[in-house]
Amino acid sequence: MARELLKGNEAMAEAAIRAGVEAYFGYPITPQTELLEYMARRMPELGRVFVQAESEIAAINMVYGAACTGARVMTSSSGPGISLMMEGLSYIAGTEVPCVIIDVMRGGPGLGNIAPSQGDYNQIVRGGGHGDYRVITLAPATVQEAIDLTVLAFDLAEKYRTIAVVLTDGSIGQMMEPAELPPMREIPRTRPEWAVTGAQGRPRRVLTSIYLDPYEEEKTNRRLLERWRQIQANEVRYREYYLDDAEIIVVGFGIAGRVALSAVRAARAEGIRAGLLRPITLSPFPYGVIEALCRQAQAFLVVEMNAGQMLDDVMLAVARRAPVVFYGRMGGVVPFPDEILEEIRRIARQPPSLEGDPREAWFQRLSLVR
Amino acid sequence: MVTAIAPETTYQKVYERPRILIEVHTHYCPGCTHGVAHRLIAEVLEEMGLRERTIGVASVGCSVFAYNYFDVDFVEAPHGRAPAMATGIKRMLPDRIVFTYQGDGDLASIGMGEIIHTAARGENITVIFINNANYGMTGGQMAPTTIPGQRTTTTPNGRDVRRSGFPIRMAEMLATLEGPSYVARRSLHDPKNIRLAKKAIRMAFEAQARGLGFSFVELLSTCPTNWGLSPIEAMQWVEEMMLPIFPLGEFKVAPELKGLRV
Repeated sequence: MARELLKGNEAMAEAAIRAGVEAYFGYPITPQTELLEYMARRMPELGRVFVQAESEIAAINMVYGAACTGARVMTSSSGPGISLMMEGLSYIAGTEVPCVIIDVMRGGPGLGNIAPSQGDYNQIVRGGGHGDYRVITLAPATVQEAIDLTVLAFDLAEKYRTIAVVLTDGSIGQMMEPAELPPMREIPRTRPEWAVTGAQGRPRRVLTSIYLDPYEEEKTNRRLLERWRQIQANEVRYREYYLDDAEIIVVGFGIAGRVALSAVRAARAEGIRAGLLRPITLSPFPYGVIEALCRQAQAFLVVEMNAGQMLDDVMLAVARRAPVVFYGRMGGVVPFPDEILEEIRRIARQPPSLEGDPREAWFQRLSLVR
Repeated sequence: MVTAIAPETTYQKVYERPRILIEVHTHYCPGCTHGVAHRLIAEVLEEMGLRERTIGVASVGCSVFAYNYFDVDFVEAPHGRAPAMATGIKRMLPDRIVFTYQGDGDLASIGMGEIIHTAARGENITVIFINNANYGMTGGQMAPTTIPGQRTTTTPNGRDVRRSGFPIRMAEMLATLEGPSYVARRSLHDPKNIRLAKKAIRMAFEAQARGLGFSFVELLSTCPTNWGLSPIEAMQWVEEMMLPIFPLGEFKVAPELKGLRV
């Protein structure tokens, strides 16, 4: 297939279609609405299911119902809508049925704004809904990656009977860049052995998330945890840039990671040994990779478009073996490469100490920013 | 006087438990009409030969465990969301029979958005709505269908309409929409009304089987435990207190269903 100029939201929609999504249920919200609109046109064209739900609550529960039939299903939204879906997500996790969710993040909290943000990291990576569960979280930094990770999300969701979230932001959703779409896959005709399809010639099946006996509920939790351990062992993904001899290791995901790469390249041009680790799976998080990098790191610089949410995971992995510095912009502000370059230069000039709280130090420096 | 039966007498079975109704004790209280409603649904599904094609959607409330009693595929929905889940199932499997079974707190309070829009879309599913004028499972709180003056644990002095508003008549409200093909309210308080209720349930499933769109049967039901009444008093309470607020009848019947004898 040839590379075409594609808009992020539409590219993810078409990628889902080519991955064999059989039903899409959604609700309008900026900056993901093009995804919904694209599906409204394409899905009926292909004889597949599209429903504009009356709310995100209804949308996720339509996804829940459709997922119970063993079909490939998805929805997409942005922060305020994702918050409304949290009830459904918890039930879907508890019922152990697969589905894919695309979260095109915007500035928050509250109604916030429609500018790109990474403020939903904790909401998605740490669970968000009630009860003990984890979701696979994939963070693209380009339109091409958004396509590839959307396809991967379906495969992983089905492999592990879990929720897979493509956690992206308004800039990826709205930007156009050249990318290649995958070939169209066939939709499988068979349904998994747990699917609810009508008890034709077989005993009935029940899908539920209620286990009134605490020992049964604990068994369910253990099953979820066992599956999560497999995911942690097999599915950690990340990208490395200039890490071989890097002393200053920048860690950033999604669009913040992409902006940081420009800064790292500029720092290299100045002779600073900087490198970038860009986690693709925010959950499972590449703890082991960061732990290994501690041996060579003079310092880690975590760059995010939030107040330091992934920072907590980096600090867990580093465990005070190297200094950690944080740089974040919030509320929908995207950092310029120059801002990150200046942080790298500052670390190179004056290596930070192990002492102190990186978030507090950043907050003090932030008061100098306009 | 006891009449001896001749040993050669043979009996013909004229009435039996529908096979779809699983032979277990239910968790429902004595005098509760959930059991009657379950049986009517099971009889209708059996008479229509739908066991292998049916998927039920249980809701949150006393009927959360409805799936323990029907020998058909079942899912269990979040509180109020059964119509949305049923929509997802039906859209994937349009040739199956999908029904939800919801109480008044579930359907008329937290799930009001879902039920209205599912009805408005004319989603080809059947909804069985159990109206017993309170939240049963949580111990008898005010529901959207609690009648004025009715004592509940959250209206200890009786529902004061100035503070707690008025009951909602779901059947009448849904009947104003274009989407539904069949909307009826029936009661389970005596044998005559139970027979009428069964006819309404049959009509509702017939509507779905014919692809006519959303069908809805509201069933006035008892909750003796939370009403603080004996089973017999509870039946009388439905008749005396609920019927004046919730009149029985068919509020919408699609032309295709008129004249259908069930």
